[in-house]
Amino acid sequence: MKLSMKPDKPVGIVGYGAYVPRYRLPATEISKLWRGGQDRGALPVKEKSLPGPDEDTITMSIEAAQNALLRAEIDPAQIRSVWAGSESHPYAVKPSSTIVAQALGIAPYTTAADFEFACKAGTEAMQAALGFAASGMASYALAIAMDTAQGRPGDALEYTAAAGGAAFVVGPAENAVAVLEGSCSYSTDTPDFFRRSYQKYPEHGNRFTGEPAYFHHIANSVNTLLGDLDLKPEDFAAVVFHQPNTKFPQKIAKMLGFSPEQIKTGLLAPRIGNTYAGASPLGFTAVLDEAKPGDRLLLASFGSGAGSDAFSFVVTDRIEAVKHKAPSTESYIERCVRVDYATYARWRNKIRHF
Amino acid sequence: MDIPRSWRLRNQRYLLEGTRCSHCDQKHFPPVLICPACQSRETAPFAFSGQGKLYSYSVVYQAPSQFEAFVPYIVALVDLEEGPRITAQLTDVSPEEVQIGMPLEKVIRKISEEGERGLIFYGYKFRPLVTY
Ligand SMILES: [Zn+2]
Repeated sequence: MKLSMKPDKPVGIVGYGAYVPRYRLPATEISKLWRGGQDRGALPVKEKSLPGPDEDTITMSIEAAQNALLRAEIDPAQIRSVWAGSESHPYAVKPSSTIVAQALGIAPYTTAADFEFACKAGTEAMQAALGFAASGMASYALAIAMDTAQGRPGDALEYTAAAGGAAFVVGPAENAVAVLEGSCSYSTDTPDFFRRSYQKYPEHGNRFTGEPAYFHHIANSVNTLLGDLDLKPEDFAAVVFHQPNTKFPQKIAKMLGFSPEQIKTGLLAPRIGNTYAGASPLGFTAVLDEAKPGDRLLLASFGSGAGSDAFSFVVTDRIEAVKHKAPSTESYIERCVRVDYATYARWRNKIRHF
Repeated sequence: MDIPRSWRLRNQRYLLEGTRCSHCDQKHFPPVLICPACQSRETAPFAFSGQGKLYSYSVVYQAPSQFEAFVPYIVALVDLEEGPRITAQLTDVSPEEVQIGMPLEKVIRKISEEGERGLIFYGYKFRPLVTY
């Protein structure tokens, strides 16, 4: 029995787009307030991206998807799915995706739904969109991976919980910038991290976050995919793993036989933190910005709860023509203004009025 | 903003949808039924590119309650590339950074929200053009 997945009809990424808000909170601002600055030189990231007071998952999704449409060079009305993966949808009931569809001129003839699966909600939407396009039901489908993550003040996660993400227009391989070779999804019931309804901040089952969750799921999705496609780590020009911090992606890369050079371009966490559902897809847009025709690329997400989606893509000649049709991921990361903890606390509603 | 009005005007707020006069080509925002330039009734929906320049601005420090979260913020007169001068909020720019004549582009942002239980209103704002 083959455990990985492969479409009958060749499909791929036709357009991709990134978004990172312009504000940054340095990790030292957090350690100064909560740890008296005693960080022992071991902060998990240098700084994290922070949305402005008028930004949320919906506004950020609109900009990333707009960039994906600019590179796809298609009429937005040709899109038949707007699927937005996030754990920070602004509404509990009312889809983010309908607002995105309306704002981009995709509405009304489209499916629209919000996907949830912790940090892999975005690649889950990508799997579905690739399948939707491959089945022929839709010529083009839009998948979005976006988050404005929140950590409890003082908690270890506060250093990394960041904002940003990516969007992908998927469609026929003949128009693609990267053609899908195959994918593998690996999911189990693992209680490593969760948030109950009506709770603002998540909980983490400490002993579960590393080995049985992140490393186990990614190792299985990637190794199974590589086995089925008869590929070796050295066949890939670049690899992107989910990046909840700087160390985990470095460690899984080493475990699976990938070099530091292969993960370098897509490893954004040290500079912007963990953008949750946005993290590995956003890293993948940074890789696409630098990719050359013929490059083979691996994308492997991880979502708590838990699961991992791994994809293998091969870059086409069209990449050169569309790279510069929208802002690069690097240009969003460079466009930064640092703020202090007080500004962050005000913008992210961490100050309560009584 | 009430919900029916917000719903009716959504394409105006999201897509900067105004009108274009089929007779004299003048573009209008907000949309009009009769062209103010030539009095023609032949106007059709027209989506503006969202590119513009800052004509003038004012920094707001004392805001109506629904905008308090954004204080200080900048209300601007923006000259759209296609002609009309419109009023809009600026975003991703501080009062120290703003400059008359600076190139701007449309983005969609939160305009206001009706408390913690009500609707969130989204619409156009302008930010300094992101070059790449
Ligand atoms: Zn006229």
